[in-house]
Amino acid sequence: MASIRDLHQQLVSKERSAVEIAEESLAQIQALEPKLRSFLMVTGDRALEQARRVDDQIAAGEAIGWMAGIPTGIKDNMCTQGIRTTCGSKILQNFVPPYESTVTHKLATAGAVMVGKTNLDEFAMGSSTENSAYQVTANPWDLERVPGGSSGGSAAAVAADECTVALGSDTGGSIRQPAALCGVVGLKPTYGLVSRYGLVAYASSLDQIGPFARSVEDAAILLGAIAGYDPQDSTSLKVEVPDYLSFLNPNLNAQKKFRVGIIQETFGEGLDAIVGDAVMAAVDQFKAMGAEIVNISCPQFRYGLPTYYILAPSEASANLARYDGVKYGYRSEQPDNLMSMYTQTRAQGFGAEVKRRIMIGTYTLSAGYYDAYYLKAQKVRTLIKQDFEQAFEQVDVLVCPTTPTTAFKAGEKTDDPLSMYLSDLMTIPVNLAGLPGLSLPCGFDAQGLPIGLQIVGNVLREDLVLQAAYAYEQATEWHLRTPSL
Amino acid sequence: MIDRETVHKVALLARLELAPEEEAQFTTQLGSILEYFEQLSELDTSQVQPTARAIDVSNVVRQDALKPYAERESILESAPDRETTVQGDFFKVPKIINEPQ
Repeated sequence: MASIRDLHQQLVSKERSAVEIAEESLAQIQALEPKLRSFLMVTGDRALEQARRVDDQIAAGEAIGWMAGIPTGIKDNMCTQGIRTTCGSKILQNFVPPYESTVTHKLATAGAVMVGKTNLDEFAMGSSTENSAYQVTANPWDLERVPGGSSGGSAAAVAADECTVALGSDTGGSIRQPAALCGVVGLKPTYGLVSRYGLVAYASSLDQIGPFARSVEDAAILLGAIAGYDPQDSTSLKVEVPDYLSFLNPNLNAQKKFRVGIIQETFGEGLDAIVGDAVMAAVDQFKAMGAEIVNISCPQFRYGLPTYYILAPSEASANLARYDGVKYGYRSEQPDNLMSMYTQTRAQGFGAEVKRRIMIGTYTLSAGYYDAYYLKAQKVRTLIKQDFEQAFEQVDVLVCPTTPTTAFKAGEKTDDPLSMYLSDLMTIPVNLAGLPGLSLPCGFDAQGLPIGLQIVGNVLREDLVLQAAYAYEQATEWHLRTPSL
Repeated sequence: MIDRETVHKVALLARLELAPEEEAQFTTQLGSILEYFEQLSELDTSQVQPTARAIDVSNVVRQDALKPYAERESILESAPDRETTVQGDFFKVPKIINEPQ
């Protein structure tokens, strides 16, 4: 499995063309899709056209950037002009965006080769990709199991080398949780670092786009290509984008003594023993590399889950009000009047989990309940944020398991929404505080399923997160294992 | 803590037509989810300010300037139903006011 650095080297040395690399990726997709179902749409012609442009540039002697000619998957909740964007929902089954999202525009400009749009839980609501209205994606390590979610298609596609890297979005763990379950690197950047213009909104105070990759270096390269201020996104941060590759150093203490905090509260009830052991072994590894290990208490951490499941559905109920069957998307057949057009369009167009969250959000925002639920949750959000602020006075990064368990079987949790929600227990507080979080492989369970280590940094400290992740990755071999398909 | 009548009312507010079996299922599921939220009441938040966004940026404004939009037709093309008359291009919806009975 080639890295971006390998492919880039092959391109500039003219050992292989971008078209050959794209063809290889498309062939892998064709071979594996019957088993995996990671892609909702494969954009082969467009990929080859883009690859030819990169080859022309190389032939003309022009310098190419890191992302040029790199096969890339895009989660199907990012708008691609002229290419159907479904969000995994029936309500957008025929939606062809008239505009391009900033991230895909940036990638296209950088010469990246989009090979297709990846599967997701409908409107990014879910933790297993089983809520897609179209197909269930399989976990490449065990086809009976889920890839996690909501960016399960992107995670599975990268794990199976259907593409080199992919974009996902993360509202409560939707990049890091599937990355952990599929044994790849997934990074949710600081809230506002990557523009969300053209990302179909779920919960706007939490949504963030980020990379999937098979190595920390590839993730750093992709992050560099998509990060940065965008006037089209009013929550975009006006910050300079550093060269993320400059932070990748196998020596953790190159600058100063690195301090790693362990979030105590994540090692409690509900955590699989083998996951806990793998994460503690990773902590030992950090210690062996010379890091100072600090035990950190985040007492409000466990309130993250109920807080999130008030805030996110509340925001979702408002964001999804736009799907009314008037201007685009699905409309129910032959409604009697305008009201029944709304109610039937939405009843037929949305799946069960989306309806459930719209219902929760509508309830928690309704008159008489707003203070008890929404306002209360916003206040608890402040407390959770303060826990992290105090922690980062003592350490450079925090570590904990990404998920309490390894990948579960398809169908195992679909009837019990609350037990499904629990798989995001350890990723959600990071979104509530707007912090960068990365998951990378730190072991395998007895069935050979990958285990994820989550590394969390302070606001805009992607540098420290990447530094810790890279040093750990270089000292271990987990990332070299590949699923046998 | 949430009854079927409330679920019915909330569905109407959310513009969702629920089948009777969905209504029953949501009554149970929303009940247990709302019960799960109860643990937040363990925390005293009387002196805590709410957080709307983790990283706040100050009011972002731009010039309210008109700009031509090139993709007008492709927006109209997306409409489930449309009509072009002498007055212009329209999104078409079912009638809003019913005939008197």
